[in-house]
Amino acid sequence: MSTLLSLDGLTALRGECPVVDNVSVSIGAGECVGLIGPNGAGKTTLMRAALGLLPAKGASSLTALSPSERARAVAWLPQARDIAWPMTVETVVALGRIPHLPRGTKLRTEDQAAVDAALAEMDLTDFADRLANQLSGGEQARVLIARALAQQTPLLMVDEPIAGLDPAHQIGTMESFAALAAEGKSVIVSLHDLGLAARHCTRILMLSQGRLIADGSPAEVLTPERLNTVFGIRVFYENTAQGPIFQPTEVTR
Amino acid sequence: MRLSKLISAAALVLVTGAAAYGETPQKVVSMNVCTDQLAMLLAGEGQLHSLSALAVDPRISGMVEEARAFHINSARAEEIYLMKPDLVLAGTYTARASVEMLERLGLRVVRFAPANSLADVPLRLREMGAVLGREARAAELVAAFEAGLARLKANAPEQRPRALSYAANGYTSGAHTLPDEMIVAAGFINVASEFGIDYGGRMPLELLAMSAPDLVISSTPYAGASRAEEVPQHPVVRAVTGGGPPVSMVSRDWSCGTPLVLRAIDELAAKRKALFR
Amino acid sequence: MMRLLFLLGALVAMLFAASLAIGPAEATFAKSLSSLLTDDGTPFTLVMREIRLPRALLAVMIGASLGLAGAAMQGYLRNPLAEPGLIGVSSSAALGAVLSLQTGFAAAFALALPLSALAAALVGVLLVLLLAGPRGASMTLILAGIAISAMAGALISLVLNLSPNPYAANEIVFWMMGSLADRSMLHVILALPVMALGWVLLGTLGRGLDALTLGEDAASSMGINLSRLRLALVVGVSCVVGAGTAVAGAIGFVGLVVPHILRPFVGGRPSRLLWASALGGAALVLAADIAVRLIMPDRDLKLGVVMALIGAPLFLHLIFKTRKELS
Repeated sequence: MSTLLSLDGLTALRGECPVVDNVSVSIGAGECVGLIGPNGAGKTTLMRAALGLLPAKGASSLTALSPSERARAVAWLPQARDIAWPMTVETVVALGRIPHLPRGTKLRTEDQAAVDAALAEMDLTDFADRLANQLSGGEQARVLIARALAQQTPLLMVDEPIAGLDPAHQIGTMESFAALAAEGKSVIVSLHDLGLAARHCTRILMLSQGRLIADGSPAEVLTPERLNTVFGIRVFYENTAQGPIFQPTEVTR
Repeated sequence: MRLSKLISAAALVLVTGAAAYGETPQKVVSMNVCTDQLAMLLAGEGQLHSLSALAVDPRISGMVEEARAFHINSARAEEIYLMKPDLVLAGTYTARASVEMLERLGLRVVRFAPANSLADVPLRLREMGAVLGREARAAELVAAFEAGLARLKANAPEQRPRALSYAANGYTSGAHTLPDEMIVAAGFINVASEFGIDYGGRMPLELLAMSAPDLVISSTPYAGASRAEEVPQHPVVRAVTGGGPPVSMVSRDWSCGTPLVLRAIDELAAKRKALFR
Repeated sequence: MMRLLFLLGALVAMLFAASLAIGPAEATFAKSLSSLLTDDGTPFTLVMREIRLPRALLAVMIGASLGLAGAAMQGYLRNPLAEPGLIGVSSSAALGAVLSLQTGFAAAFALALPLSALAAALVGVLLVLLLAGPRGASMTLILAGIAISAMAGALISLVLNLSPNPYAANEIVFWMMGSLADRSMLHVILALPVMALGWVLLGTLGRGLDALTLGEDAASSMGINLSRLRLALVVGVSCVVGAGTAVAGAIGFVGLVVPHILRPFVGGRPSRLLWASALGGAALVLAADIAVRLIMPDRDLKLGVVMALIGAPLFLHLIFKTRKELS
């Protein structure tokens, strides 16, 4: 089983304060990893530090790669959903092929196939010729996820991709990620919806104040004590015929 | 042309008349480089007090050495008024505001029009002589000038080469200007008047190339740089003159209607003889 | 895309031919072309080769440079208002040129003039990037541009007025508005090396600018080296704007108008917009140069006048469109 991401003592400082504090974790193939934590826990910073987008101490297997190798090893979907110019959906998704194009920007058959597959996966085939920046926020989010999918990397790191999507597309997106994991790829997705994390992720990483305080299956990680200490909530968590049901019920502090 | 000659004659009469009523001025201040030179040529001992700053600029003034003996003024009303002259000489194009200020302050100001032809040279000499009370001296200079001019006319060639004056910004002197008559007096045809340019005007580089002059007359560029002066330096100008640069005639003897124009015409005529056997 | 490039190329070719045919020396188009190609011993060959050809060549070179630079800057800053004229790069370059001419440095060695303009343009670009920040928000970008243009313009005026040359003081209009009149093949040769370097540098930006559509993080994660991109942009823009301004003065609005018009035709992709804008810019400057010769054949109507007449209304329109972002 190959390791797609290995972090060893990763620490990112802002001034004196450690935003990411000595995080060590190893992620292999076929995992759908949910990265959870309260606001300000350092989820985005952890992912950006792992990718080498900001300076950090400690080791990350991704920063050891050259930029072009890294671009073929991991696809990163940031939280800010920027589409600067009026392009069609298909063009935006095709941007994900840039790391694979030798020179210039012309798509080959395999690139077009990857784009078409990504469009189909995110239910965007009918939108292919529409201008991306005229779509709703949720639709734009799906376009950007499709771009990350089109990059066809073994590892996908996604920062809060389902915020603003309707329930159908929230579930659909998480199912796509789970399907990718089943194919042998890995996805690290940070999200606030603990219920979806519980239902679709094979592994949960819980961050609090920059430290990785729990790493394991949803059942192992999402204990009432931890949810109370870290998130300050009480939850209803039960395994039913429809799978695990997880619903925060009240605030404890 | 004819009208300007009428005006010049009328001015001469007025000026002479005015001079006849006044006494000979004892402290004369000149504000214009052309009146500077005319005054220097004609004034009596101690009569001329001050000249304009351009009188000592070797590019414009033909009498720089002589000019150093006099005070230099900046042609501003305040400075000149404080000199308390009894006569101020100015050009018709000298800064209006300054000249009118001096008149309002009660000074006697006489304006001299620029020379537009060789015939204006004796006219200006006589005008200046009348104003300064030096008519005899003026008559001497006029006679010398006319003799020089006659000599030049006698040496005119049968085959006239074609010449063109080309200054910054492509500015050329056409018919009814002093440079035009000077070029003709030196034994050339003025290409600008061939093209129907009257007075001064701009000639595009393309027309210069098409006119194929035998000689292009320009002036030495100033220090510093300017785009205007790049125009006569254009490769086309060199190409039409068969590879050599245009003749550089320093502006000094070309800008004012004084007997010094003969010096310039002589230089140009010598150039003609050297180049076109 | 190929069809667009072909159309634009044909447009440029037509305007180039028209530019060769216009001038005070009267001749049929056929005669113009034949005098250009073969030396028929008449002065007209001189006119064609030494006056009209350099003028048309410079129009193409400078127009392509400005279009390319505008598309590149807009792609990098992700802001449709970015262009070298508006944000003060052209005026900075003009200041560099004026300084080197008036101090005599321009005569020191062959490429001194365009290199001085290049150096000054570099300072201008760096200042803008410093002031506007990485995500070039419109407000700070425009303000930076106003500040730099004002400063450069004032300094140009000062230097020209201090010049011992009496003609220099009147030439600020040429430097600030630009003109292709009375240029020679010497100017073409002077501008070409530095401009060509700039073209090469800016030509490498396509992939990076495409990726930047998604933001700096995403572009970086796709393997684009952002600092190398920025370096190539800064040096490339300075080269092309510097060399062009050194010989023809500051010509504004080309880099604003052309990418804006052509963007819908290239599907918004910055990489394609680079090439399209180069051709479009060449066409625009050729057309403007033809216009100034037809409107006022005897006087040197500055190119900047035509550009401002086209560009300023478009600029206002763009501001209205991005009003939300500006407030």
